[in-house]
Amino acid sequence: MSLSVFGTRHVQALLGSFGRLARNPLATALTLLVIGLALALPAALDLFVSNAQVATGGFGQAVDMSVYLKTGVPLAQARQLAADARARPGIARATLIPAQEGLKEFRKYSGFGAALDALPSNPLPDVLHVVPRASASSAADLESLRRYFTAWPEVDVVQLDTQWVLRFNAILAVLRRLAVIAAALLGAGVLAVVGNTIRLEILNRRAEIEVTKLVGGSNAFVRRPFLYTGLLYGVGGAVLAWVILEAAVLILDPSVITLAQLYGSRFALQGPSRQVLGALFGGGMGLGWAGAWISAHRHLRSIEPRA
Amino acid sequence: MIQFERVSKRYPNGREALTHVSFHLASGEMAFLTGRSGAGKSTVLKLVALLERPTRGTVTVNGKSTGSLKARHIPAFRRQIGVVFQDHKLLVDRPVFDNVALPLVVAGAPLKEVDKRVRAALDQVGLLGKERMLPAELSVGEQQRVGIARAVVSKPPLIIADEPTGNLDPDLALEVMRLFRRFSDVGVTVLVATHDQHLVHELAKREIVLASGEIQDDGADSLPHVVATR
Ligand SMILES: Nc1ncnc2c1ncn2[C@@H]1O[C@H](COP(=O)(O)OP(=O)(O)O)[C@@H](O)[C@H]1O
Ligand SMILES: [Mg+2]
Repeated sequence: MSLSVFGTRHVQALLGSFGRLARNPLATALTLLVIGLALALPAALDLFVSNAQVATGGFGQAVDMSVYLKTGVPLAQARQLAADARARPGIARATLIPAQEGLKEFRKYSGFGAALDALPSNPLPDVLHVVPRASASSAADLESLRRYFTAWPEVDVVQLDTQWVLRFNAILAVLRRLAVIAAALLGAGVLAVVGNTIRLEILNRRAEIEVTKLVGGSNAFVRRPFLYTGLLYGVGGAVLAWVILEAAVLILDPSVITLAQLYGSRFALQGPSRQVLGALFGGGMGLGWAGAWISAHRHLRSIEPRA
Repeated sequence: MIQFERVSKRYPNGREALTHVSFHLASGEMAFLTGRSGAGKSTVLKLVALLERPTRGTVTVNGKSTGSLKARHIPAFRRQIGVVFQDHKLLVDRPVFDNVALPLVVAGAPLKEVDKRVRAALDQVGLLGKERMLPAELSVGEQQRVGIARAVVSKPPLIIADEPTGNLDPDLALEVMRLFRRFSDVGVTVLVATHDQHLVHELAKREIVLASGEIQDDGADSLPHVVATR
């Protein structure tokens, strides 16, 4: 068999499988939907975790510290403190958020504007927002930094976000593992769905298989169209999963942007990355092919021509 | 081409369909396999096409013993045999062309070659021009001839046919048998099972007679050239 003949036969088998799926649109659509959802779910979890990491990137990686000054500290003195902090080694940034500005931001995003107007004076203190260098972010460094700020008489409270960051990262790690477990379970589900669909297809085409074997068709020849059918289910399911993810991102994005603005962030949802898409298509095709192969291996053997 | 040596066949249900059957069909020879219904004709053909294996004895086809042939060699084995059935076993949802092309496609023939050979085979059975029709759109006689075209399209050295004229009226039946004789004239070995004595006499070929699973008449002696060599 020449290479071109070999290629032609595969193209024929592929087109034949495609044609059969297209001729049965409802059944095909239902199967694809099941596969698509099974692939989309773990990918969505993974997407959620990635987005959560990006969204919290500012304080998720480098920890930061909020130094609340006592009310009544003059602004000029607060500025001087900020400059002193900046001069310390181990500090990447120290930004003063004067009470006036803090109030403006709060009024803009919180929706408590009317309530604030009712107050006689600004209830917010000046805040010094301190970001340590990555090289000086160990628990001990942070503790000594906290003590440095607490020692100032102007300082009311120092709030360190380490604990929160650690918990948050731990939650993300749990979710990531959950995505892996979901992928394994749902992957097995895809295998079963494709396998069963192919089994029914084989039973439907029993007469054709018998005749094909009768005229000398090998097991590989008989199996080929079913493998392509499985592969097409995998590709179709992956495309559908992709569409589901993009649609979810599209629908969620406006509310997420609003939420992010409330936290003073310009964050917007990221769609699935190349790696996620690669996993989606690779996983879909691999599972489709494998499911079809297992089913074909089990059921084609027993179909032998009868006279 | 076909050699049966003391072949017995017992089906799983315990029914002994053949008992100590021995005969030899030379390359290029044509013979009828006759006998009453249940005599074992179909069983002989099934053993030749490796749809069944012998319980005892050896069946040798084109130099290969079927008893020990490995599963992965069966497809190639079957490709050298053209098989025609009474119920023709066509794919009802495929046009005539696809049905006839199947043996070439499974053998991996190039597309151009497939096209040429399918037309040639349909021409031989007088069905050129009906490539795109579905089997259901054809008469019974035409369907049978599609089955024959499929059996000969890959030019196998051996053709076996099980009651190929069972559903045909006498005129059509004779025409189909003459078709087989024409293949035999160009060197193809042909074995046809039938219970139609009239046709057998009409074609004047060797007749192997089975009765209750045993050879009643090998028919070889009646062949002029066989007589001459003895
Ligand atoms: N698959 C089978 N299982 C059990 N018995 C069978 C099977 N095929 C044929 N037989 C039996 O074997 C005997 C010979 O059958 P067969 O070869 O079909 O005869 P013929 O073709 O001459 O009518 C019959 O008694 C038949 O009932
Ligand atoms: Mg019979």
